[in-house]
Amino acid sequence: MSATALPAPAAPARPRHLSYWLGAALLAAALLVALRLIGNEYGWYAGYFVLQYVVLAAAWNILGGYAGYVNFGAAGFMATGTYTAVVLYEALGLGVIPGILGAAVTAGLLGLGTGYLTLRLRGVYFSIATLCLAVVLQTLVVNWDYVGGSRGAYVIRPMTMPGFVSYGEYIFAVMLALAVIAVGIGRTVELSRLGRGLQAIRDNERAAEAVGVPTLRLKLIATTLSGALMGVAGAPLPFYAGYVNPDGAFNLAYAVNTIAMPLIGGAGTWLGPVIGAVLLATLQQAATVTISSALNLWIVGWMLVLFVALAPRGILGWFRKR
Amino acid sequence: MSGREVLLRAEGVGKRFGGFVALQDVDLELRAGERLGLIGPNGSGKSTFVNCLSGDFAAHDGRVVLAGQALDGLKPHRRARLGLARTFQLPQPFASLSVLENVRVPLLFGDSPAEATSRAMECLEEVELAGKAARLPRELTQVEQRRLELARAIAPRPRLLIADEAMAGLSHAEVDQILALLRRLNAAGTAVIMIEHIMRAVTEFSERLMVFVAGRKVAEGAPRVVLALPEVEEAYLGRQ
Repeated sequence: MSATALPAPAAPARPRHLSYWLGAALLAAALLVALRLIGNEYGWYAGYFVLQYVVLAAAWNILGGYAGYVNFGAAGFMATGTYTAVVLYEALGLGVIPGILGAAVTAGLLGLGTGYLTLRLRGVYFSIATLCLAVVLQTLVVNWDYVGGSRGAYVIRPMTMPGFVSYGEYIFAVMLALAVIAVGIGRTVELSRLGRGLQAIRDNERAAEAVGVPTLRLKLIATTLSGALMGVAGAPLPFYAGYVNPDGAFNLAYAVNTIAMPLIGGAGTWLGPVIGAVLLATLQQAATVTISSALNLWIVGWMLVLFVALAPRGILGWFRKR
Repeated sequence: MSGREVLLRAEGVGKRFGGFVALQDVDLELRAGERLGLIGPNGSGKSTFVNCLSGDFAAHDGRVVLAGQALDGLKPHRRARLGLARTFQLPQPFASLSVLENVRVPLLFGDSPAEATSRAMECLEEVELAGKAARLPRELTQVEQRRLELARAIAPRPRLLIADEAMAGLSHAEVDQILALLRRLNAAGTAVIMIEHIMRAVTEFSERLMVFVAGRKVAEGAPRVVLALPEVEEAYLGRQ
């Protein structure tokens, strides 16, 4: 019926994946060189702290940001990765890279299983279920002697690593690579039909299902991917710190920060979690070294209140026209 | 009409909510390209019936077959893939996605991205929303949101479209717009089940009416005949 001349269709632009990977690799290399030039061991330490949150926030965003399913159990998934690495170290003497791969598998399977059990729940009920999962996992680890129980476990990390000035630099480089990969996966999800389907689920799950979106399958893919990446974020922790215990691995700060960072940066976009994580984790590091680490959650709380009141769609949402 | 093949067959469909029987023993045979109107007072079971057809509700009794394929136990998205599309009483767009993306979403899970864009634009042209492809749904008027809902439903080229009160809240002229659109879709071969309270619209549009009262089908047939039945008059106007 409409025979009138039409404006050019607002066809979605083809995603430029190569540009991202090249740009991210260049940025990562520049960061590595800059920190090496500074030559302070604290730089690696602080950088690792910020980057682990970039991975966690990017991972959370896949399910929470795109699909709208708020996971309060980030600490549980991360600790699954941490303790997978501990088990592989204890049992086979494996290092950080096999630990990361193992963590991706176990935390991914945990995500898949959690998805099967909880994705029929929506809203706050899903969130409570994920929070419970973290509590259950912590109880298991506390009572598991093989990984040290409540005493914790020690990992003797190498003093040096060929090609790196210190093991601290190496572990930072590993986390930097993980951050680039996690953000790249998040971006790929956003630009793919998986991302569009998840966005449709977030906006209106019933309508999405009615028009032919396989909602359960997409949510399971999202929980698996998100869980695997959170586990990956936790795997280097024993090698970074040399010691882990349940209180540290399942710390409430991980769960709170992992939710707060994407919300502050702009959930549902691949860049938002990066901005939120860099901003919030840097502020926390600054507070830790200048005042006290006890201020960290206080900072997160105030930032969340400020953003909910002034920029509920996060920093990116604030700068976007609509 | 009788020469056309049977597209949808529902036999003895029933649905209960706890102890409340919302739908009881409803049969339907719909032929390809047919226009069927479902009428009845509020709460009579019309929407419950189409929700059982679309898979939103799992029917407690009966079976539904679409083009020879049994739909029992299939999720709504599987039924949509088999050619059963629906709209909702209140438009339910994907609020954060553009008008174009709203229509592309169902296509992305079957077509290539380029084909999805092309088909989505075709559907937007069909409902006269191509000029607003880049807008967000909240920027559309109520009738435009209804048209967007229809565009999204027809994008995968369904064999059957269930329009659940697609004209509720619209003006006389807007009702005519939607009716014209539904007629065009039907002329292109899509069978349409229309649930509607606007009697002018449903009687003008439908080849056949089915009347629900208290969860049961009480009458079925040509609109003029059905509307003259005493039990239908009683259901709408009460006992004299």
